[in-house]
Amino acid sequence: MRFGLSLEQETFRDQLQRLLADRAPLDRVREVAADGNGYDERLWSGLTELGAMGVLVPEEYGGLGMGSFDAGLVVEELGRSVAPAPYLGTAFVAPLVLSESGSNSLAAEWLPRIAGGEARIGLALGEAVSARAGAGVVVNGGRLSGKALAAMDAGAADAFIVSAGVEQLWLVRSDASGLTRTPMTSIDRTRALAELRFDEVEAEPIAGGASLTQRALDLARVALAADTLGAADAMFQQALDYSKQRVQFERVIGSFQGVKHALADMITGLEPSRALVWYATHAQTEMPRDEAHRLACHAKAHLAEVGRMVARAATEVHGGMGFTDDLGLHYWFKRIGLDRQLLGSPEQIRAEAAAAMVA
Amino acid sequence: MDLSLDQRYLDFREQVRSFVAANRADAPPSVTSRDRGAPTQEALDWQRRLIAAGYTARTVPAEYGGFGAEPDMLETMIINEEFSAAGIQAGLAGIGIMMLVPTLLEVGTAEQKARYIPKAITGEEWWCQGYSEPGSGSDLASLRTNGRLDGEEWVINGQKIWTSGAHFAQMMFCLVRTEPDAPKHRGISYLLIPMETPGITVSPLKTMTGRSEFNQVFFDDARIPAGNIVAGRGEGWKVANVTLKHERGGLGDPAKSIARFDGLVKLMREETINGQRAIDDPLLADRLMQLEAKMLALKLNNMRVLTADLEGNDPGLARLVTKYYGTTLNHELDALAIDAMGELGVLYEDGDYLRDEGAWQAWYMHDLGLIIGGGSTNIQRNIIAERGLDLPREPKAVIPPQGMGGRG
Repeated sequence: MRFGLSLEQETFRDQLQRLLADRAPLDRVREVAADGNGYDERLWSGLTELGAMGVLVPEEYGGLGMGSFDAGLVVEELGRSVAPAPYLGTAFVAPLVLSESGSNSLAAEWLPRIAGGEARIGLALGEAVSARAGAGVVVNGGRLSGKALAAMDAGAADAFIVSAGVEQLWLVRSDASGLTRTPMTSIDRTRALAELRFDEVEAEPIAGGASLTQRALDLARVALAADTLGAADAMFQQALDYSKQRVQFERVIGSFQGVKHALADMITGLEPSRALVWYATHAQTEMPRDEAHRLACHAKAHLAEVGRMVARAATEVHGGMGFTDDLGLHYWFKRIGLDRQLLGSPEQIRAEAAAAMVA
Repeated sequence: MDLSLDQRYLDFREQVRSFVAANRADAPPSVTSRDRGAPTQEALDWQRRLIAAGYTARTVPAEYGGFGAEPDMLETMIINEEFSAAGIQAGLAGIGIMMLVPTLLEVGTAEQKARYIPKAITGEEWWCQGYSEPGSGSDLASLRTNGRLDGEEWVINGQKIWTSGAHFAQMMFCLVRTEPDAPKHRGISYLLIPMETPGITVSPLKTMTGRSEFNQVFFDDARIPAGNIVAGRGEGWKVANVTLKHERGGLGDPAKSIARFDGLVKLMREETINGQRAIDDPLLADRLMQLEAKMLALKLNNMRVLTADLEGNDPGLARLVTKYYGTTLNHELDALAIDAMGELGVLYEDGDYLRDEGAWQAWYMHDLGLIIGGGSTNIQRNIIAERGLDLPREPKAVIPPQGMGGRG
């Protein structure tokens, strides 16, 4: 038994951290965030060279065929660096959904390109969870019509995985005739959301039915939890560092019990959350599906709550500075805020977990 | 990440399982919050059988009456899991067994080990802990119960409080100020005191639960042999920290939270509100799921701690947060159970409509005691911040002289 990172995983994480320090420092994040496209070519190629794109792509398709825990570590680091990279849809969800589907031709077409960093996949799954403002996609004669809101990783996507109801996933190419992609401006400018409008758009079914839709949701949710973990950890660390430097009343503020206890509460929430997220990401490829589903629900809902608590408290520890654009702490605050809202509120996800328990 | 166990642990689990299956009929009933008296004969017999089989006092050397196995945290985990799953006691859980025995094994003399450990693990000699005093709670090292050496005897005077089991214990391990001129942490010794010593008075302390789980103990020129000291004079604070380490680990034990959570789910499946099961009520189910996530996080965090321990690494913050996290979680579990029972959640002690023998209200109160005991929540936050996060200690405030506080 060993709960934690292997030596190889620690090395991989170190390499990722070095890459992100070099190619996604806060100044660069600001520049990329300005256009809201959520994509940076130089960062993407660096991630590809490290092998991060192929972590979950089977070896027969040119990937590394590793486990979901490894891919979760990448997501956690991207969250920690508020890095603009459409990794979640492309390299976490798409490789497993396509390789587990019965659609071998889709897998053969897209997986080698994903592993090679040549393709980016967005996700339009929100309507399988809660359709808002009249959104929804219907299928007629193998063509999609309707609209999807808050499609994720949409800025540079070459194709989207789209849920039509919960029954079926579809692959839609970004250049398909009848598809309109309109950016949706969100609080988090490091990742691109879009409204997709479908007018009898040609699409390919991803064979796997409703259970594959659920699988895609579990994967995306667990990745959002990992992203929040990394981002919240980074906010906590910044607040801790600040509390040891900032002097008021002739004392560093970290010596005041009020500040100390706020930091202790943050880490008491975060530390067990780390174990929960690690196990939940691990479970996606290593445990039975019902266990993977249960853990994905708990990780997403719990990190939404812990993330919000940490984001608020870490900002408060920074005092007025935390509120400025200059310091940039808000990039993490907004990242956590976006993760929470996507693919189900904590209440909704807990209702799903409860339904699974009493079933 | 590898959550699987080696074959020899799988074999070990089978072995524990067959022991449990073959012997469970003789296990004493589970301890409820009501039993705070001396262990029954049935419990003592069961304890001896468990020691012989190696399921309690497993790593205590055979020369001191234990089973003498090499320490192996995974074996311990498996034993706890199997007994807990079967709902039977994995041995007596007195403070002597949990805290005194490991402490003596670490810092006691050969004579002390031989004299005290065998009787402590069988429960033949019951121990209580003399730490807190009315004026020394969170600031334990300020304690004032004093011991003066008079020839071959310590003469002890003072008062202890929150001593569970003192009314039936034969022995107490006690922190006593023996070096009045030394700095506060260095003036304390760790003494072993027979409770029948003349000059000791035990008086029960009734708590909010309506029961007397604790006592006050008064010392009035109580004389004990000079040799009843662990480590040297003035070493008591260090010895106590060896012991506190064992207590804090125990107070964040996920096995307790898991068992409590399972009990809560069972209750919510059985309890009905207007004919609907409590577990099907969306608001109650939402709270249940929030707590399941926390319970899982605590359980998985413990596996991280265990991994670090197994590999000889310091688990750091992952361990420091467990007492605070675990005791708070247990209290939230109790609170949900009470809320799920609605107006019947207030019932206590007896009556036809009492659920689970009234355990949830008793736990709700008792767990608040555990949030306070063993280092209160605010002390835990200080420990996490100062030891775990390396934040500076609060500067000392000047205490106004007696009678001069405030105006006039």
